[in-house]
Order: sequence, then structure tokens, then C-alpha cells
Amino acid sequence: MKQTEGMTLIVKTVTRISVWMILLYGLYIILHGHISPGGGFAGGVIIALAFLNVMLAYGRDFIKRWVNIGFLHDIESSSAALFLAIGILGMAVGGGFLANFISHGKLFHLLSAGTIPILNIVIAAKVSMGLFVVVWTLSIFHLDKGGKK
Amino acid sequence: MIVYILCFALFLVGIYGALTKRDLIKIILSIGIMGYAANLMFILFAYKTGASFAILTEEGINTNMVDPLPQALILTSIVIELGITALLVTLAIRLFEKYKTFDITKIRRLSG
Amino acid sequence: MPVETWLIFILGFMILGSIIALELKDILSSVISIGIVGLGVSVAFLFLQALDLAIVQFLFEIFALIILVRAFIGKEYHIKEPSKSHVIQTVVTIVVLLSILALSINVFRLLPQFGEPIFSTARHYVENGAKETGAANIVTAIILDYRAYDTLGEVTVLFTAILGVLAILKTRSKTTSPAGGDHETN
Repeated sequence: MKQTEGMTLIVKTVTRISVWMILLYGLYIILHGHISPGGGFAGGVIIALAFLNVMLAYGRDFIKRWVNIGFLHDIESSSAALFLAIGILGMAVGGGFLANFISHGKLFHLLSAGTIPILNIVIAAKVSMGLFVVVWTLSIFHLDKGGKK
Repeated sequence: MIVYILCFALFLVGIYGALTKRDLIKIILSIGIMGYAANLMFILFAYKTGASFAILTEEGINTNMVDPLPQALILTSIVIELGITALLVTLAIRLFEKYKTFDITKIRRLSG
Repeated sequence: MPVETWLIFILGFMILGSIIALELKDILSSVISIGIVGLGVSVAFLFLQALDLAIVQFLFEIFALIILVRAFIGKEYHIKEPSKSHVIQTVVTIVVLLSILALSINVFRLLPQFGEPIFSTARHYVENGAKETGAANIVTAIILDYRAYDTLGEVTVLFTAILGVLAILKTRSKTTSPAGGDHETN
């Protein structure tokens, strides 16, 4: 292996396989938030941990090459605005701020509960990207410090 | 009632750490302990003997559930607590960078 | 065994873990002990039938541990041995806190007994929640439908905290890049 950043080959190979399962589990937790335990907060942290797993195994430069950190921060900021937009849409259509204006559907079905799954997805985007950006910034700071000394 | 008293004792352990420790990291950890105790106290108030969790299952609707309202409040509180921890850690790192120590008495002395 | 016995065991474990975390000299051991306390909270949530909270607490505890370890491990520093006035301060604090605990026992008698909540606000949510929102998970129904405004405030707080972290950390890189010519060697 040419690149020496990150951890050993075994860790990288295991990460390459397992990170997709972690992402899938996070998506499952988010999308089933209204019919089973979980929801946007828990699923968002699972997705952030998947990103963190890649960052720890492959090193910071790998993440920097594949993902634009500024874009992740944009997702985080715009999802806060999207939450507000859904609330205002509820005011226009449903008659109250953050009203549940989409039809509720049948109980225990995946496509039910109106705006609740949408808000779950928005919160998951917010939490996952926000936490990953925080850890990323902390690690960058640590790197700067080590280089200075 | 013993459960409530033990939970309050956990909160007091957090206060003890925040008051007596001079290490900035220990103070951050004590604030975390106080947060745990406060969260747990709310959920202790919500518990109902013999009740099920607050999620409907397809086998049959029963409304004998634990109180879901404190759980909903604490769910957001846990997330905010992590944000507070991240902010405190950041401030501590900046202070360490400036004063090269986590000892709060030394930080106080150097500032004057 | 009844739930209360398990909870007393877990809470005693957590108190012990937090005292150990506060008294240890080694920072890595303290952070790991705090992790034990947080996972104990998660187990207690499971016993109290709060499944959402158990998952969220477990994951956020792991994340907090990663942040703490990432930030603090490897920083070499030395906290001076406590002086005599510090010992007096510690003793006074312990005495005051123990007396607060002893005096507050009467207050806990006034509270409703463990296992019998007052349960008046939430009765409407439990009985009509699934019908009115279409969500089987009542906790999700409360945080995203009945009290979604609360969640909006929470999102705002998280956003502000993350912005604070970024602002505090990023000012340094801005000040160093123009001041790079100064070469302040330390």
C-alpha cells in the first residue's frame, strides 16, 4: 500500500464491507421511526458514526478527497431551514404551525403518519452532518497543533 | 422512594465534582453527570408499574403504557447535552492552547 | 426481581462509577468511567420501558466518548498536588452536600410513589395519539406532531452549539495564516 495514512489493511477491508451495513441500519432506524423505536436522532448518530468509522480507518485525507466538508455543513444548515419551511407549509395548508397536513394513512404502514417521517429525515440529516462536522473540525485542530509542535 | 434519593445523590456527586475539582476536564465530566441524573429523574417519574413501552404493536392495542411525555422531553434534552459537551470541550481546548494547562486556578492567575 | 431492585443496583453502580471518575488521576480512566455511567443510564432507561431513549442515550454516549477521547488524550499536563486549603474546601463541600441530601429526604416523601405517576397530561396522547397522528410510536408522535415546536427549538439549540464550536475553533486558523510570518516559536 502506497498510502500510509489511516490504519492497517485488515481494518480498511473490514470497514469497506461493514460501513454500508451501518449506513443501511441507520436508514432503517430513520425511516421506521414512527412505527418502531428509533427515529431521526438515533439514526442520525448512527450515520455520523459510519462517517466517523471511515475517517478513523482511512485517514482524514481520504474523506477530504471524497466528500466536500463545506457541502456537509450546507446540508446541516439547510435542514434546519427545511424544518422551518415544513412548519410554515403546515401553517399555509393545515391551519397551524407545524401542523400534520399530509393524510395519515394506515397505522403500522411505512408510508403513514403524514409529516412525521419527513421531519424524521430532516432531523437525521441535521444531527448526522452536524456531529460529523464537529468531530472533523476537532480532529483538524488536533492535527494543526501536532504539526506546530 | 429510595430510587429518587439515589438519583438525587448522583446529582450531588456531579455538584461535588464541579465545586471541588480544579481540572477543567473533570468539571466537564461533572456537568455530564448532573445531566444524566436530571434525565434519569424525569424517566423515573414517568414509570408505571406493570405498564408496557409507549409504542403500539400490531398484536392488539393496549393503552396501559408508561407516561410518554417525559420521554419525549428527555429525548431532546440528551441531544442538547451532547451539543453542550462539544462546546465545553472546544472551549477547554482553546484555554489549553492559550495557557498550556487545564488547572483552573492557574488560568485564573494568568488572566489578571 | 422487581424493577426497583434492579434500579437501585444500577444507580449504586453509577454513583460508584462517577465518584471513581472524579477521583482518578488518569484522564483516560476517568473518561472511560464516565462511559460506564452513561451506559448505566441507558440500561436504566431499558428497565423503565423507554426504548427510544435507551437507543439514543447509548449512541450519544459513544459519540461523547469519542469527542472526549479525541480532544483530551495525549495532552501532557500536570495538576499540582492539592494544598491544605483545598482539603478543607473538599471536606466542607462534602459535609454541605450530605446535609442537603439528608434534609431533602422529606421532599421525596411528598412526591408520588415510584410506579404510580400522576399521568394526567399524557392520558390524551396515549389514548388518541395513534388515531390523531397515524404514528404507532407515541414518543415520536409527541416530539414531531404535538410538540414539534419544542423540537424546532431543540434543532435551533443544536445548530447554535455546532456553530459555536466551528466559530471558536476556526478563528485560530484565520489568525495563524496571516500571522504565519511572525514565527512565534514556543
